[in-house]
Amino acid sequence: MTTPTKTGRNGAAAGGSHPLRQSRVRIGEKSIETILVVAALISIAVTIGIVVALVGPTADFFTKVSFVEFLTGTSWTPLFAQKEYGVLPLVVATIEVTTIAMLIAIPLGLGSAIYLSEYAHSSVRKTLKPILELLAGVPTVVYGFIALQMINPILRDYWPGDRKPDFQNALVAGIAMGIMIVPTVASLAEDAMSAVPNSLRQGAYALGSSKMQVSVRVVLPAALSGIVAAIVLGISRAIGETMIVTIAMGLISDQVRYNPIEAMMNMTTYIAAAGSGDVPVGTIDYDTIFAVGALLFIVTFALNALSIRLVRRFREVYE
Amino acid sequence: MNRNLLRRRLLAGSALLALALTAACSGDGDSASNKELSGQVKVDGSSTVFPLTSAASELYAEEQPKVKVPVGESGTGGGFEKFCNGETDLSDASRGIKDKEKAACEAKGVKYGELIVANDALSVVVNKENSFVECLTVDQLKKIWEPKSKVKTWKDVDPKFPADPIKLFGPGTDSGTFDYFTKEINGEEGASRTDYSPSEDDNILVQGVAGDKGGLGYFGFTYYEENKDKLKAVKVDGGEGCVEPSVDNAQSGKYKPLSRPLYVYVSDKALEREEVKDFVNFYIENIDEVVKEAKFVPLTDEQKKTLKSEFDKLGKA
Amino acid sequence: MTTTTVPARAAGSVSLRKQRTRPADLAFKLALQACLLIAFAFLVSLIVFAVYQGWPRLDSRLWTDMPTSRISRIDTAGVQSAIFGTIWVITATAAICLPTGIAAAVYLEEYADNTRWYNRLLELNIQNLAGVPSILYGILGLGVIARGFGLGFTVITAAITLALLVLPIVIISTREAIRAVPNSIRQGSYALGATKWQTTRRQVLPAAIPGMATGSILALSRAIGEAAPLLLLGASTTILFNPDGLDSSYTTLPIQIFNLIKQPSEEFHQLAWAAIVLLLGIVLIMNSAAIFIRNKFQKRI
Repeated sequence: MTTPTKTGRNGAAAGGSHPLRQSRVRIGEKSIETILVVAALISIAVTIGIVVALVGPTADFFTKVSFVEFLTGTSWTPLFAQKEYGVLPLVVATIEVTTIAMLIAIPLGLGSAIYLSEYAHSSVRKTLKPILELLAGVPTVVYGFIALQMINPILRDYWPGDRKPDFQNALVAGIAMGIMIVPTVASLAEDAMSAVPNSLRQGAYALGSSKMQVSVRVVLPAALSGIVAAIVLGISRAIGETMIVTIAMGLISDQVRYNPIEAMMNMTTYIAAAGSGDVPVGTIDYDTIFAVGALLFIVTFALNALSIRLVRRFREVYE
Repeated sequence: MNRNLLRRRLLAGSALLALALTAACSGDGDSASNKELSGQVKVDGSSTVFPLTSAASELYAEEQPKVKVPVGESGTGGGFEKFCNGETDLSDASRGIKDKEKAACEAKGVKYGELIVANDALSVVVNKENSFVECLTVDQLKKIWEPKSKVKTWKDVDPKFPADPIKLFGPGTDSGTFDYFTKEINGEEGASRTDYSPSEDDNILVQGVAGDKGGLGYFGFTYYEENKDKLKAVKVDGGEGCVEPSVDNAQSGKYKPLSRPLYVYVSDKALEREEVKDFVNFYIENIDEVVKEAKFVPLTDEQKKTLKSEFDKLGKA
Repeated sequence: MTTTTVPARAAGSVSLRKQRTRPADLAFKLALQACLLIAFAFLVSLIVFAVYQGWPRLDSRLWTDMPTSRISRIDTAGVQSAIFGTIWVITATAAICLPTGIAAAVYLEEYADNTRWYNRLLELNIQNLAGVPSILYGILGLGVIARGFGLGFTVITAAITLALLVLPIVIISTREAIRAVPNSIRQGSYALGATKWQTTRRQVLPAAIPGMATGSILALSRAIGEAAPLLLLGASTTILFNPDGLDSSYTTLPIQIFNLIKQPSEEFHQLAWAAIVLLLGIVLIMNSAAIFIRNKFQKRI
């Protein structure tokens, strides 16, 4: 920090003849700023890189397979001798496991968020919230193995009836995924609820409401856009998750399957399985990896954009 | 003793020592080179052959700890792609190289040698509690596994069997085992019904068949051998009677059509590097131990002779 | 949240006595507590299950022995190459993503004019990248870095891919940390004649260190646990050696765990559980440290 040897009327820097004139911009400053800009531009390069990596093979794919066939076909067998390129089995499997996951994540996540935001003492909150965040730190490969080895045996033992869940199935993958997403939903929802001004709550209490009424009828609606953002973000994470489904859900994609106790393959598993295997570059089989990747990218991009917009809205309303 | 004499004696002594050491080290066929080698030998290819080359690389690491041998299992096809691109030195394959792949190698100027390192008996297995299946003919297998197959219960396979539902497990489309089985049984590589439970994880195939009374699956001999307590192998009738998968039947060729040779392809260019030559040499010299560790079907004496002569040919090329 | 007392007024039934808690309210509260409880119970049972399953293999063999694919050698197998691989890859990842992320965050917070469309686009882009599935970063790594730049399936490819994956986390958390530094500090510095960079480097950044540390640790903890992108970058390989350079083949703990899960025998699974306990230990310690730092320094300024 430059020590002022001469203080002008408003404490301006020494060395300048007129205290109010901006000192000559140093070259060092400009080059620093350039470096920083370059660093920021790397993020643009990443997006461009992903798009570039996807575009070529995807375009190639669609010269051989029509959009309609891809989006409406109900059998995905690109690597068998009888090739079929309908992506619906993968998409339906993705939707199914995501739905199961959100059926778990939304109640548990919102419930935890309401408790932490409205009921818990701040000291309790300070201890409990970090532990919840630890759940988010568990690597997904561990969730996958837990699903296979801890959750599925329990499911199979207690499942009523003759038809037991398969060794890999959508239900067990969905359960593990749901728990994994709880911290994501809870964290963002809790942020949204905390941002609701206290005056709203106090007004309601003044009118004689109970805590439950305040939480459900005042805070939740007020924080709605943030809560929806939390859910949308959770959905996006569920759609893009790879390891849990690859380990615990299965590899079969010959037809659209709905039964959650059956094994099925979703979009991310296909990319992982085909991408780590022996598909030669440049063939249409190779292109399928990128076509599915492009679909995944578009879907998650749309969901993320929605979530960002919703977050912006709830932040704006109360700022 | 004056200095001159001493010097001469020392010189002679060291010359003799050098000569002796060179003589001792010159044996190319030594699996334990006295010289410490370093470098990398890149291997990729079939997941079926993977346990063999993997076992060889582990045993080799005890001899030459500084030589790194990463062994990939991207699949037979993927292995060839890298091999013909010059990215790998050795390629594991559970089938012979195809014409398309041969052309690719030629185009890139990759010359190679083909070594048969073990035999495999592709095993068809059922649940241990399955008491009615002892033997299946190739036609029956085809009926079960062909594309658009309508077989849903055991009764569809043979009217004498009970009407229990059949649950199918098999390797995924990446696998050379899949390629081989579909070619031999269904007549075309890649031709298979699509509603079975595929898995790249043998773990899941074994557990699948072991966990379901109507389960039927197929995979390499190793995985059957390792899980004999959970599975029952089905005898296969290839036209000359029911034959069970076993070491003897695979070696004698009686186990038809599901016994197959397993290959390692070696690039000539890579052999110019000492560590590659040493590793391949070690692999061949210790092939019996390697095969035993990986629980494959060992080579017959005839095959071993061919192996050695093939390698010698390569070395001199 | 306390109920505010309102002075009693007028005729009527307003009473100052706290209402008796209705059963519905109590049930609601219990339901909420149950939500938290279920989440915690899962975390605890996960850890207990992993430790219980991996107990026989939780010893020094994990780091002194190399992996094996042979059942006969499973008793003398470990995950040494995966541990060293993880160390190499994560060190390189940190070296790439931390300076880049902090620099980008400094630009966005201190230098960029927020009203310009290109800066807003930059921000939006980073927020979007934070939500891109990790497997797509694997596609980026495979198509552009491993094949396009010709770096192959090596430590540096993995490091670049993972660095790009966690870069948004570093940027976003560093921005928040910088934003939390009160403006008065900046203005005091300018008033004394410092340039922008001097202010940033000597006043703002040091003040933001706890927040940056939290974000960086969380980012690296995420990178350590990632397996999906690396599946496309040469994970299906037996690596029995430790990396000796950035251009070396490698394996990492999550990848090695995945490979062990795929093996048929129980013994391999046991080793997988032991490796999981190791990985969980590392990740949970890092996350706890990050949270601890954040809580401790939150109210300082």
